[in-house]
Amino acid sequence: MGLTNTSVGRGAIDGGLNIAKRSPEDKVIALAGNPNVGKSTIFNSLTGMKQHTGNWPGKTVANAFGFCKSKKNSYILVDIPGTYSLMAHSAEEEVARNFICFGEADAVMVVCDATRLERNLNLVLQTMEIAENVIVCVNLMDEARKKGITPDLTRLSEILGVPVVGAVGRSKKSVCSLLDTLDIAEKQNNKYEVKYDSATEQAIALIKPALDNCSLKRLNSRWLALKIIENDKGIIKEINNYLGYDIMSAANVQSSVYLANKILKDNNFHSSFEDRVVSSIVKAAEKIAGEVVEEKKKGYSLFDRRMDKILTSKVFGYPIMLIFLAIVFWITIVGANYPSELLSNFLFSAEDKLRGLFIYLGAPEWLRGALVEGVYRVLAWVVAVMLPPMAIFFPLFTLLEDSGYLPRIAYNLDKPFKKCNACGKQALAMCMGFGCNAAGVVGCRIIDSPRVRLLAILTNNFVPCNGRFPTIITLISIFFISASGIAASAASALLLTAVILFGIFMTFAVTKLLSRTLLKGVPSSFTLELPSYRRPQIGKVIVRSIFDRTLFVLGRAVSVAAPAGLVIWLFANVQVGDVSLLKACADFFDPFAQLFGLDGVILIAFILGFPANEIVVPIIIMAYMSSGALTEMGSLTEMQALLTANGWDTATAVSVILFSLMHWPCSTTLMTVKKETGSLKWTFLAAALPTACGLTVCFVFNLFVKIFC
Amino acid sequence: MQTLDILKPGQTAVVVKLNSVGSMRRRLLDIGLVEGTRVECLGKSPSGDPSAFLIRGAVIAIRSEDCRDIEITF
Repeated sequence: MGLTNTSVGRGAIDGGLNIAKRSPEDKVIALAGNPNVGKSTIFNSLTGMKQHTGNWPGKTVANAFGFCKSKKNSYILVDIPGTYSLMAHSAEEEVARNFICFGEADAVMVVCDATRLERNLNLVLQTMEIAENVIVCVNLMDEARKKGITPDLTRLSEILGVPVVGAVGRSKKSVCSLLDTLDIAEKQNNKYEVKYDSATEQAIALIKPALDNCSLKRLNSRWLALKIIENDKGIIKEINNYLGYDIMSAANVQSSVYLANKILKDNNFHSSFEDRVVSSIVKAAEKIAGEVVEEKKKGYSLFDRRMDKILTSKVFGYPIMLIFLAIVFWITIVGANYPSELLSNFLFSAEDKLRGLFIYLGAPEWLRGALVEGVYRVLAWVVAVMLPPMAIFFPLFTLLEDSGYLPRIAYNLDKPFKKCNACGKQALAMCMGFGCNAAGVVGCRIIDSPRVRLLAILTNNFVPCNGRFPTIITLISIFFISASGIAASAASALLLTAVILFGIFMTFAVTKLLSRTLLKGVPSSFTLELPSYRRPQIGKVIVRSIFDRTLFVLGRAVSVAAPAGLVIWLFANVQVGDVSLLKACADFFDPFAQLFGLDGVILIAFILGFPANEIVVPIIIMAYMSSGALTEMGSLTEMQALLTANGWDTATAVSVILFSLMHWPCSTTLMTVKKETGSLKWTFLAAALPTACGLTVCFVFNLFVKIFC
Repeated sequence: MQTLDILKPGQTAVVVKLNSVGSMRRRLLDIGLVEGTRVECLGKSPSGDPSAFLIRGAVIAIRSEDCRDIEITF
């Protein structure tokens, strides 16, 4: 999931899976695997698509599909969520299991991590019990080699009785051999079977013949027998739905199950049936791994250990997180300055030319005003002020994500979150929120407990997304930084970090408040996998995320900022009595807004910014400019002059920053919350909570200012 | 009876019995933490909890209260 075109904004709202075959001969291949084994990379390199890949477990949370062609066939690949097992404990595991069971895929490719083959084989063995045709793709062979781990894939293929292919992420050679392997995946009938204890095997032997007499479509009778003995009500219900009849009522099934249960009971096992099944599979995986993997250096690499010693150390753990945060902001601010100025010079000189063109063409004045001073000016502002910081922040964040650092943040922050009766995985969703709150809300799916997930969803908006950073950065640079050069940018970065920390503080406070009131409960159990560190593909990340993001922002600017520019121009130019509509509206909101240190225009800008936070500052500027104070805008100094002329002081700037940090989420985020929670009540709360916090904080702040200043 | 929460960074132990219940139990079984599995403690989070364990080649963070349900022997 991560942050890309498809996962942020509207794309975050996924709408189920409808596999559209291009031709009836298309073969469907399901791509399964443990979380974080490079499954999405394999999917992308086969289909040429751009699903986001990042180094943390739980990115793919819904099925996605794409096409590819081999020498013999054309295939539809379905990327199903990464899971450790198919026992279906969580939403994504259920999605994965159901697709493998009932998706009628022609084959399932299980992607494994060569460096952690033993644990990955667990999923392979479970998949082989269910699916007719299985392919094992052992990925990350290069990383394994570096760690001195060299799995014998030929031997693995012999043992398992299914095709096994090695792969190195995105390499061309891997793609070719993967495609060739897809072509030989059919009609496997000599697959390895996990052997259970003798009583279980006897029980299976009793039930299986009865099941073999039923029409099972593509279900495996041995696996079905296991599930029936286990009496897993959830899966049996799904199976009945799939088959269209009650399997338990089929001839001889009930009686054989009775006999089977009797055998199992007579054996007086001290552990539960499910435990024995899992244990047998794990032991089988251990045995197979022992035969095919020769490890020179056992386990976690020395490099990973050393990195963890520093990044999660008692002394440096938290400071390093802060420093990373500040550095990311600093690079963003410094890097954005120059292109921002260049862009605004260019775009505003173009405005004059555009105006000239309209005059030359003899266009009516209202049209020129609406299009040039309305639509164009807001567009130009969005591009000049908002685009550069985003284009820098986004790849930086992606680099951190790819390196494997984000799960360490979750690890470091678990205890503070636990104190709020939540869990560390909320930190991962929070980090995603820095990129896009809608993506952050979807990211909450990695949290297993529904209560904790809801906490994370409702508080995600307290970290400012990419669309809100530039607003905060601009105001900080205008009102709080008098120096210039490196010192100024460093000071801006520190102030921004302080703002973010306040946002994080509010996240904790509100989480705690909610878990004491509406969402009471005990901290749920929690396991988190810490992946190996990977060297991020710097060039690729930068090119891809700038390109993705640039197109995305430009697209959004056109679709949202342009109409908003038009609306605000109309507001400013339609007269009601002897004042403009904008002035009338602003005056109407003004007394209310003043309570919170804002003014009517600012409040209108935030309301109009509902579809996209990027346009709040441009609208404020537009509104002030159309009231005739200034005609041309270029540098920050001029902007400061404009704002000051409209009654802004430092306290106003602080209030706007605080309100920008805490107000209703953008429309996309709210739609995502609605989709994820399925409830209007929670969606409403997701909007009301930050707004209430923002108004309260601004009110108190201004009261304070009025009394003491 | 010794449990996993007493394992110090750098120490290794073998799982004897899993007393966890519900979803935690299933999670632990998923990651291969069955009886007889060797576990190494790699370190603790800056605030002391959770701890990171090397289990079958993967690193998993588990909270100390959950560790108390995992019986070990050295």
